[in-house]
Amino acid sequence: MRLRPSRNHPGFWAFTAHRISGVALALFLPVHFLLLGTAMEGAAGLDRALALTDNPLVKVAEWGLVVLLAAHLMAGLRVLILEFLPWRDSMKRLIALGAAVAAVVGVIFLVQVG
Amino acid sequence: MTVTETDRPAEIGSEPGSETGTLTVEVWRGKDDGRFQSFTVPHRANQTVLDIVTWIQRHAEPALAYRFACRVGVCGSCAMTVNGKPRWTCRTHVGKVAEDGHLRIEPLRNLPRLKDLAVDMTPFFEKWQAAEGRFHPTKTRHDPLSTISPSSAKRKAADAGIECINCGVCHAACDVVAWNDDYLGPAALNRAWTLVNDERDGGKRTGLDAVSRSGGCHSCHSHGSCVEHCPVGLNPTRGIAGLKRMSLVGLLTGDAG
Ligand code: HEM
Ligand code: SF4
Ligand code: SF4
Ligand code: FES
Repeated sequence: MRLRPSRNHPGFWAFTAHRISGVALALFLPVHFLLLGTAMEGAAGLDRALALTDNPLVKVAEWGLVVLLAAHLMAGLRVLILEFLPWRDSMKRLIALGAAVAAVVGVIFLVQVG
Repeated sequence: MTVTETDRPAEIGSEPGSETGTLTVEVWRGKDDGRFQSFTVPHRANQTVLDIVTWIQRHAEPALAYRFACRVGVCGSCAMTVNGKPRWTCRTHVGKVAEDGHLRIEPLRNLPRLKDLAVDMTPFFEKWQAAEGRFHPTKTRHDPLSTISPSSAKRKAADAGIECINCGVCHAACDVVAWNDDYLGPAALNRAWTLVNDERDGGKRTGLDAVSRSGGCHSCHSHGSCVEHCPVGLNPTRGIAGLKRMSLVGLLTGDAG
């Protein structure tokens, strides 16, 4: 499907990223909490959880969750700044700033945990 | 006597200018269940999209329905969807928007279609009224004129949004308008913002109530498509954000701000 031309501008990209990350978080965070929950259930549970986090697939998923959260957080902060602080045209740069911060968080997580 | 092309008086859509090849123009015909009709139109220097539509109506398809009046970007009646984007056609140069000599012209989005390129603007103007987008006088002609400082913050905020030509381009560009039938839309809310900042307007409380209801300013997701497309460079998103703040302050303090 071709992107509707009237949507092809940074503000709408930011909204799209915000919505997709928001819905993805709502879907995947419960799984994440479930995993954390089992880790609390004594030593056996912790071992099971740790074994699971060694799984590369789980690692990628957790990395994805961190990136989603960072992207969603930055997009959310952008909306709040846009709507609650007096308007400045320089606010257009917030999209690039947010994307950069989310990318940096992703790289740091990759280096630290990967 | 047959009137040849050169005998015709100068007319819109065929003003002098060097011809530079032809354009393939697809134009929406009919109402909702219509189709595109293709025309080959001579491309001239400094030609606008409205010139193209007018050329088609004068030379190829007299039954083509469309709307325009001023041709100089003042009246706001000529907006159409051009290659997917809402635009004022009288001030959109073909050279800027044609893709490989190709144009696709459709009616404005988010408004009921009437015929061909003409849409029914009624819902658009009804939403202006629903947003209290009209002046509420507080004085009579016998009162002295109000003194408003042009440099006051409120007047500057009103001035920034006052040049709207009611073209409906932002309304057509806004996805929230498409998703939510009740949404007042960027133009109506922008107008409401100019009024709540107008110290002479007596309808501030009703105005703020009108835009704080469901479908009002809080429905805007700050996509900024309105800003991106407004032909006169207004920033409805900014005004709507202002309404959101004012509405919140009004809610917390019971005051219109
Ligand atoms: C980390 C802190 C968070 C902040 C600062 C934040 C901020 C925001 C803001 C301001 C919006 C409104 C966007 C708009 O008006 O268009 C929003 C939308 C949303 N958020 Fe969050 N959020 C956060 C965390 C989360 C989490 C953890 C989830 C998942 C459970 C989530 C799911 C959503 C969804 C589904 C939307 C709707 C997106 C849309 O309007 O298109 N958010 N968020
Ligand atoms: S900023 Fe608000 S009014 Fe403007 S296009 Fe986006 S949702 Fe519509
Ligand atoms: S705000 Fe701009 S795009 Fe919207 S109706 Fe007014 S002039 Fe047209
Ligand atoms: S014809 Fe008046 S604005 Fe285009």
